[in-house]
Amino acid sequence: MANIIELKDVSMRFNMSKERVDSIKEYLIRLAKHQLQFEEFWALKNINLSIEKGDVVGLVGLNGSGKSTTLKVISGILRPTTGTVSVSGSISPLIELGAGFDYDLSARENVFLNGSVLGFSRQTMEEKMDDIIDFAELRDFMDVAIKNYSSGMVARLGFSIATITHPDILIVDEILSVGDFLFQQKCEKRISDMMSGGTTVIIVSHSIEQIERLCNRVVWLDKGTIIMDGPANEICEIYKNEAGKAQG
Amino acid sequence: MNKNKLSLILCLLAGCGGLAAGYFIPENFSIENLIIGALGAVIIVGTLLFLLLYLKDMKPTIEVFMKYRYLLSNLITRDLKVKYRRSFLGFMWSILNPLLMALVINAVFSRVFKFQVDYFIVYYLTGSLIFNFMSEATSGSLTSVIEASSLIKKVYIPKYIFPFEKCMFAFVNMLFSTVAVIVVILIVRMPVSLTALLFFYPMICVFVFSTGLSLILSSVNVFFRDIGHLYSVWTVAWMYLTPVIYPAEVIPDNLMFIMQFNPMYYYVTYFRNVVMYATVPSLNMHLMCAVFALFFLGLGIVLFKKQQDKFILYI
Repeated sequence: MANIIELKDVSMRFNMSKERVDSIKEYLIRLAKHQLQFEEFWALKNINLSIEKGDVVGLVGLNGSGKSTTLKVISGILRPTTGTVSVSGSISPLIELGAGFDYDLSARENVFLNGSVLGFSRQTMEEKMDDIIDFAELRDFMDVAIKNYSSGMVARLGFSIATITHPDILIVDEILSVGDFLFQQKCEKRISDMMSGGTTVIIVSHSIEQIERLCNRVVWLDKGTIIMDGPANEICEIYKNEAGKAQG
Repeated sequence: MNKNKLSLILCLLAGCGGLAAGYFIPENFSIENLIIGALGAVIIVGTLLFLLLYLKDMKPTIEVFMKYRYLLSNLITRDLKVKYRRSFLGFMWSILNPLLMALVINAVFSRVFKFQVDYFIVYYLTGSLIFNFMSEATSGSLTSVIEASSLIKKVYIPKYIFPFEKCMFAFVNMLFSTVAVIVVILIVRMPVSLTALLFFYPMICVFVFSTGLSLILSSVNVFFRDIGHLYSVWTVAWMYLTPVIYPAEVIPDNLMFIMQFNPMYYYVTYFRNVVMYATVPSLNMHLMCAVFALFFLGLGIVLFKKQQDKFILYI
């Protein structure tokens, strides 16, 4: 099958200036003194990754191994320093639930706003409105400004908007830990439904059990490089052993 | 290489066209006008060509824009809603505000300072309509990218949407305020001729100009926040450099040359000429309006496009 996502030699560099230079005066002074030094930090180093249509890929690794950066590069939020990224198809990023919510507006207005962030028209969202409300279980609260919502309610609304349209690629970053366990089960079910519908899914999670349950392929990242890539159960087994060793 | 040569030739041709146009309009004829006309034509055609080449392969750009046009309209309605939330008169304030402001300015300047301008209240309103649009659009855009940081960090959105949205929002407000101008014109019974139908030309030019300036300001402000503090002072200075409150005649001749470099002078004067004085402005005036608008748009697009990938690291 065709590759839906292809990363070729992708590297991502961050310049960490020791102090933030925010003013022109400071900038000029430092420029004159040759003090504009940056510490280079490579968050990703020569990543080669191709993902086929319909794959469900889990990214595992310790904090700071480059999982989130990889997701951001795939979804186009970050442009890699070197290398190329090609993605064919629509992406629904769940990097953070409710990104782009305006907390002063009502939930209903936020559905339209958030839908348009993902590129959907008012009409499309109006058609899906009932489904969204039902899934988020917020029928009685739709006309309340979401600043009055609890964080669980916001997360539920965000999840149900992002998954209502069938994207070609779904990117899930550590968000399946929201809500109570009933809602978590519902989320997982929705993701499984999407998978069987042919959606390519990329998941980042620290819950290795969840990854094992949902994914068919796992990529293990460490310090910005891929150290292992293969079938889910194999990699997860090794990863768990390794983690066990590290714990002593 | 070939394309560059072609655009050079086209620019020169346009320059000749400008020269010819300046020559054949006898009432405006002067060497100065001729040169300005030619230069203007060169810059307009040059920028247009440059933009076309720079944004070569426009198709994906347009497709992306079409995808996010709902976002644009949603952001505008959101801004409107947030602006008038909890106010009893709501949208009416967009019309009432300039009216009340005009009453105050009118009382101060035509009674106290005794400016001899016919229909001073209309004079002030037309000037402030154009100028306030520009200042609202640009100062709104200034922080637009920084304010959108929560979105930019989490989803892919073409970043020019944010400054552009602020300009559109200010444009909508300007349309509301236009109603106020019309109301005042009716109340003071100022005669209006057919030339007023040209009102859209300065509006479009000032919109393009402000969009360009907004792109520049919003991208520079990401890296140097000083701009924000400086700019609010600059807009006040700019307003006094533009004949908004005072009549243009009070500017001494030796200072008039400053006006030649002030784009807002052209937009305000053009607008007043067609609305208040029933005259169609000269070819030069048309050219200068377009030149400033396109020049700043070109500069803005280039600068913004160059910097936009770095935004996320600084917001």
